[in-house]
Amino acid sequence: MAELSASVYTSHVPAIGAAIDNGKTGEDYWKPLFAGYEYSKKWVVEQKPDVVILVYNDHASAFDANLIPTFALGTGVEFNSADEGWGPRPVPTVKGHPQLASHIAQSVIQDEFDLTIFNTLDVDHGLTVPLSLMFGQPVSWPCKVIPLAVNVVLYPPPSGKRCYALGKALRSAVDSFDEDLNVQIWGTGGMSHQLQGPRAGLINKDFDTDFLNRLVKDPEGLSQVPHIDYVRLAGSEGIELVMWLIARGAMDEQVTEKYRFYHVPASNTAVGHLILENK
Amino acid sequence: MSLNKPYLDVPGTTIFDADMAQKGFHLNQFCMSLMKSKNRERFKSGEIAYLNEWPMTEAQKDSVLKRDYNLMIKLGGNIYFLAKIFSCDGLSFQVAASTMTGLSVEEYKKMMITGGRALDDEICAYEVMEDVNHG
Repeated sequence: MAELSASVYTSHVPAIGAAIDNGKTGEDYWKPLFAGYEYSKKWVVEQKPDVVILVYNDHASAFDANLIPTFALGTGVEFNSADEGWGPRPVPTVKGHPQLASHIAQSVIQDEFDLTIFNTLDVDHGLTVPLSLMFGQPVSWPCKVIPLAVNVVLYPPPSGKRCYALGKALRSAVDSFDEDLNVQIWGTGGMSHQLQGPRAGLINKDFDTDFLNRLVKDPEGLSQVPHIDYVRLAGSEGIELVMWLIARGAMDEQVTEKYRFYHVPASNTAVGHLILENK
Repeated sequence: MSLNKPYLDVPGTTIFDADMAQKGFHLNQFCMSLMKSKNRERFKSGEIAYLNEWPMTEAQKDSVLKRDYNLMIKLGGNIYFLAKIFSCDGLSFQVAASTMTGLSVEEYKKMMITGGRALDDEICAYEVMEDVNHG
């Protein structure tokens, strides 16, 4: 049977991808950030996930203003790196897991989550930056990836409560898949940041710290936090954090916190990172 | 009954909701067209002519020509779409963000390195921008 063993949470700032792609990780500005992922890179090599369900958002790359699905799952064989206006990131093609992804789609729709399904879609920095942070720069990614794109661009994104419940539905889908697979789920985006308007540059370390604590210990309570609290306290783009609740919802209620890292800034953003394992 | 919009009073912030998306649809789709290098070249070689191909309002076109990101946002632009314009100009997200705050690029970078904008700083920054926009 497939087993959901662990979850990873990380910001997916595009400038991090650019720093990796352009060999700037050793620069003073970036050194502390990449040092914060050294443990995680070793951890993931030991864990050897077969498949990662990667929860991310598209940033007006594949989905424009014509088509805005709230939750969209990738059941395709592979996904190319998107050209976001300066050429695609030089990263390996992302290989999907069509069998598990299709199984998940069918299972969660029967569980009343009316997902959109896609097969051909270019994935942007929201998906590829977390892969680079965890796996570095391999010739090919060492595991299959099932993209789960969440709308957080057009307000309102799905509620924290809905995201948390989707996580639970994803978990029962994985649990009912017959093949022996080590599955991880990653929640990405955030933490506090605002990219627009006179208030751009907002960072709220207290909010972020509390979010990390509650994500570990009180995810159910955290899932009740309304959107407006994210907007006010974590910035208009801090609302991406609801995606972390999808990954957390797929985990056991009690988890082991293996690792935590927090750093300000990467470009305009507070970077948060957690690794949780099921006990 | 109208929708509840508790976010309208957040200082210095425009939430890209369904009404804004409606207002900015063509502006945002124009931005998306800049994802293709052929279109970027055409835009760069004649901005006004290129903008005139889109059913945008004159105010929207003017805000693009002036690279006034706060105004573009007010007219329905979303930052992830508008990013295609400043990418086309070769500017980073951080530089573009700084232009919306009334801070110089250097001041903005310094603010971020020293921990970012504090929550209680927002009102102050907002008032500065009101002066910038209307002064």
